[in-house]
Amino acid sequence: MEWHPLLLSLQVSTLATAIATLAGVALGWLLAVRRFPGREILDVLFSAPMVLPPTVLGYYVLVAVGRRSVIGHAFEAVTGSSLVFTRTGAVLAAAIGAFPIVVKSARAALEGVDPTLVRAARTLGAGPARAFFTVRLPLAAAGITAGVMLAFARSLGDFGVTLMIAGDIPGETQTASLAIYDAIQSNRDRDALGMILVMSAVAIGILYAVNKLAGRKHVG
Amino acid sequence: MSADRTLYARIVVRARSFALDVAFEAPAGITVLFGPSGAGKSTALAAIAGLVRPDAGRIALGADVWFDAEARVDRPVHLRGLAFVFQSLALFPHMTAVENVAYGIDRALAKKDRIARAMAMLERMRVAHLAERRPQTFSGGEAQRVALARAFARSPSIVLLDEPFSALDRDLRRELCFDVKATVRELGLPALLVTHHRGEARTLGDRVVMLDSGRVVSAGTVDEHLPKLEQE
Repeated sequence: MEWHPLLLSLQVSTLATAIATLAGVALGWLLAVRRFPGREILDVLFSAPMVLPPTVLGYYVLVAVGRRSVIGHAFEAVTGSSLVFTRTGAVLAAAIGAFPIVVKSARAALEGVDPTLVRAARTLGAGPARAFFTVRLPLAAAGITAGVMLAFARSLGDFGVTLMIAGDIPGETQTASLAIYDAIQSNRDRDALGMILVMSAVAIGILYAVNKLAGRKHVG
Repeated sequence: MSADRTLYARIVVRARSFALDVAFEAPAGITVLFGPSGAGKSTALAAIAGLVRPDAGRIALGADVWFDAEARVDRPVHLRGLAFVFQSLALFPHMTAVENVAYGIDRALAKKDRIARAMAMLERMRVAHLAERRPQTFSGGEAQRVALARAFARSPSIVLLDEPFSALDRDLRRELCFDVKATVRELGLPALLVTHHRGEARTLGDRVVMLDSGRVVSAGTVDEHLPKLEQE
């Protein structure tokens, strides 16, 4: 059985989930707490990765961060390496799938916190930041954690976007999902089977943990 | 000469279906905002706290101006140094009683001093035995006492109470009223209590401001303005 694609998947997904969590909770907060024009449009726009065909999504990303794009060009100028068809691209691809899941769950969890509790924190001398980090965020933690775990599972499983913007380079961007496809295509079913079992076990384990988390409202 | 600790409030709030236009003062002691539901009592209280932004008016505690529509002063809630007891009490469910009470105490103090002060206030409100427990396990009266301890522990400049006793039975209400009155007296604070309960207003209030339909109807001492009803 091939371990390298699994380890690469783990590495890429962990990094992707971390990025999606930071950005996703921030956007989830913006959508949950702030009132501004275009709020729902923003929500729809950032939820689109959940429903767009991976090839379509991959195309947009390729256009946005490819070597000839402004972002891609700037990235290459700073880091010396390209964003696309590298491991960075694989992380980006995995993060794009994970991001809307974090946004959705963070928005719902943050909106679910009783606003009177946040007001109470403010009357007790807490500025907006302290009220957020000591009251709203901890009370939304279970819901956000469940979303982050689903996001991790989603990024582990990414296939289409990764293929479009990171390619299928063994040892570099060939994550487990891609390696399974490659193995089946070249009649190495035994190689694929090990990875299939590990991926299935991880996915089911995560779903089980998420269900357990959903059973409790907040810590305590 | 001691500093003026009177609250001066002139508050105008215009909403689609409701208008509030009131002016009143609250010196040290307990001032009751009394009136039927929908009179604007809670809105006035929220405006004083900085939770609702008035459309016009001026709110000051002594010489300290918190809000002045003309001068464009609007100090954020957390910098007004007040305490607010919500109708729902709003105890933090993820914190123990002592953590709830310590939350509002000046963070310039060392943590152990904050905890000690929180414990002292819990003791004063006779709920020290709940210190390490979370609010989900409290009875109505216990939760009430912890919420009051949390408000008083931060040495506020004024205490705002929004119908805090509405969920309690009569005996418990009377007992708590007594404790609140004693604490406010001892700390020499102004306190504003919103209620539509005449008995509570009479037991607690030194002064009363009567509101109806967003206006002040009358103001003065409780005895003059809230005569004892025959059935009481």
